[in-house]
Amino acid sequence: MVAWVGTSARVRAGGRSAASVYGVSRSRTERLVNLVICLLSTRRFLTAAQIAATVPGYEHDPDDAREHEAFQRKFERDKAELRELGVPLETGTASAFDTEPGYRIARREYALPDIPLKPDEAAAVGIAARLWQHAGLAAAASSGLAKLRAAGVDVDPQATLGLEPMVTVDPAFAPLTAAARDRREVRFDYRVPDQDAPTRRRLQPWGVVCWRGRWYVVGHDLDRDATRCFRLSRVVGPVRSTGGAGAYQPPAGVDLISHVARWSGPAERAGRATVLVTPGRAAGLRRSAVEVTAGPEADRLVLPYGDAESLAGHLVGYGPDVRVLDPPEVREAVIQRLKEIATRHDTLAVVVR
Amino acid sequence: MSSRTSADRLARLLNLVPYLLARPGIEIAEAAGDLGVTERQLREDLELLWVCGLPGYGPGDLIDMAFDGDRVTITYDAGIDRPLRLTPDEALALVVALRMLAETPGVANREAVERALAKIEDAAGDLVAAPVEVRLPGDTGRVEQLRAAVEGGRALRITYYTVARDETTERVVDPLRVLMVGGRTYVEAWCRRAEAVRLFRADRIDAVAELDEPAVVPPQARRHDLSAGVFRPSPDLPLITLRIGRGERWITEYYPCERVESDGERWVVSLRVTDLGWARRFVLGLGPDVTVLAPAELAGQVRDTAVAALDAYATPVPTGADPAPAVGRQ
Repeated sequence: MVAWVGTSARVRAGGRSAASVYGVSRSRTERLVNLVICLLSTRRFLTAAQIAATVPGYEHDPDDAREHEAFQRKFERDKAELRELGVPLETGTASAFDTEPGYRIARREYALPDIPLKPDEAAAVGIAARLWQHAGLAAAASSGLAKLRAAGVDVDPQATLGLEPMVTVDPAFAPLTAAARDRREVRFDYRVPDQDAPTRRRLQPWGVVCWRGRWYVVGHDLDRDATRCFRLSRVVGPVRSTGGAGAYQPPAGVDLISHVARWSGPAERAGRATVLVTPGRAAGLRRSAVEVTAGPEADRLVLPYGDAESLAGHLVGYGPDVRVLDPPEVREAVIQRLKEIATRHDTLAVVVR
Repeated sequence: MSSRTSADRLARLLNLVPYLLARPGIEIAEAAGDLGVTERQLREDLELLWVCGLPGYGPGDLIDMAFDGDRVTITYDAGIDRPLRLTPDEALALVVALRMLAETPGVANREAVERALAKIEDAAGDLVAAPVEVRLPGDTGRVEQLRAAVEGGRALRITYYTVARDETTERVVDPLRVLMVGGRTYVEAWCRRAEAVRLFRADRIDAVAELDEPAVVPPQARRHDLSAGVFRPSPDLPLITLRIGRGERWITEYYPCERVESDGERWVVSLRVTDLGWARRFVLGLGPDVTVLAPAELAGQVRDTAVAALDAYATPVPTGADPAPAVGRQ
């Protein structure tokens, strides 16, 4: 099957080559397509010299140092471009006697495995691919979808699932998912609003989580020596990986979601507060009441709450339309807040006017 | 030609042979539309492929195709009969979007999404050891009801709570779509009251009824561009400036702020608000370590409201103001 190797097989069929007409860039693409076809078709590893003697576009005189150097640069660029596209370029030697490395592409590694998608499944993938609002991931999703189509999958462009999420991510998403996949340690600056300056954090990322529409990374914090979650929107500047792949092993069966949900779960609302509300006012409060009793001068609402201070803040927002009867801790907290706000803005009003 | 476009073209060419192989006799126009290129580009791609092939590069080695009018059939593929496998980024982008879709409360045909996800994960193999998990809790029953109502194609009467004015109103809307942004579900609809397209948050729709008339969306209605988030403050909205303490700095993460200045311990922040009444409730509710710097009108309202509320607390509850306690839920 490799009988042609080493022959000067550069005779092109009936003048089909159009490279001279379409210029350099076209000839480069043509050369790369031919390189892929050539390396897919060989079982033996082909050396750079054998490839140069075979694939159109690499013609040069190997004895001329300058020409040879130019060929080597060109070949390096081409290999890099194929690898960037995800072409699995294998290196090895054809036999124990060869010293020069050779190249080939293993079909099994190259080809997309068969994905037998039913029409409704294909439609779902088509919808998923257009959800990304992030340019880089949108491009990746659509080139992935193009490959599925090339594998024979037909995607109905009109399909809808009635409800579609907009998928957005923070800039730290791509480097952190890549680091978690490769198990590389990372460092980044992290800004928490109630601190004055960002702090440098070092992390072994286990995975990235979307919880209630926000993105987090969960992992082992190397400085705190403990499991920590970080909100991706608070990462400032670049995420840098600081070592080789496979640097650590995440704990087996780790439930990433539970680590995030623990910190941001809904608060228990076991408390009950009773308030009087001016009729027709405080619509927002009425929606959260578990009991409403209408009266001529005021309506009585029973409100569930978890934290007295945060309920107090919410109630203060309604001003004189809401008056707390019970419990005393909420009532006192509201009065205390009102006093401080009135004092603070009283001085201010004098200054402003 | 940049290296990016040349890489894109190479990817497209490697895909094109298997694509056409799977669809013998496809019309060139249809294939171009499907692949997102012009017919002219597609014809140039075919011309290029036609001069590529197996070493030897003789008539039996080169990629060959038959044209029948506007239709094309690959008759020899030179060994590129399968697309290239997914890159890690492609696998990640598809798998994460499918997981989002599968997790979206109220999505139709979730089961098909889950089947598709399993198959893509299987095909991507190790690549989607992609350590990304998604959980989007929501009121599935409520969202399904809204989706069904929107799919019914009728105008809807909704009872809606508007936070900006702290009021609950009834309005007739012509729905466009149901969507999810940042973990929240919205109905996008033409509001006949506002005579504009509005986003209605699902958890603030207190009641919905389908009317006997079809939904008619006027031609001037435009869907929101949500790529930059739901609330995009317009420069004609009132600007408020606050001095906030450490405990209130979280607002800079939750609201789009036009200006954030660190004044040592305290920060000065400026943000646009849809309504000064909302701003008054917002500022009062934030806590004691917040001072309104501008506008003076808002500072005055905040002070007057706080003083009026304190006066009310200083007065005993008049007899009869409190309706009989211990009455059950209404």
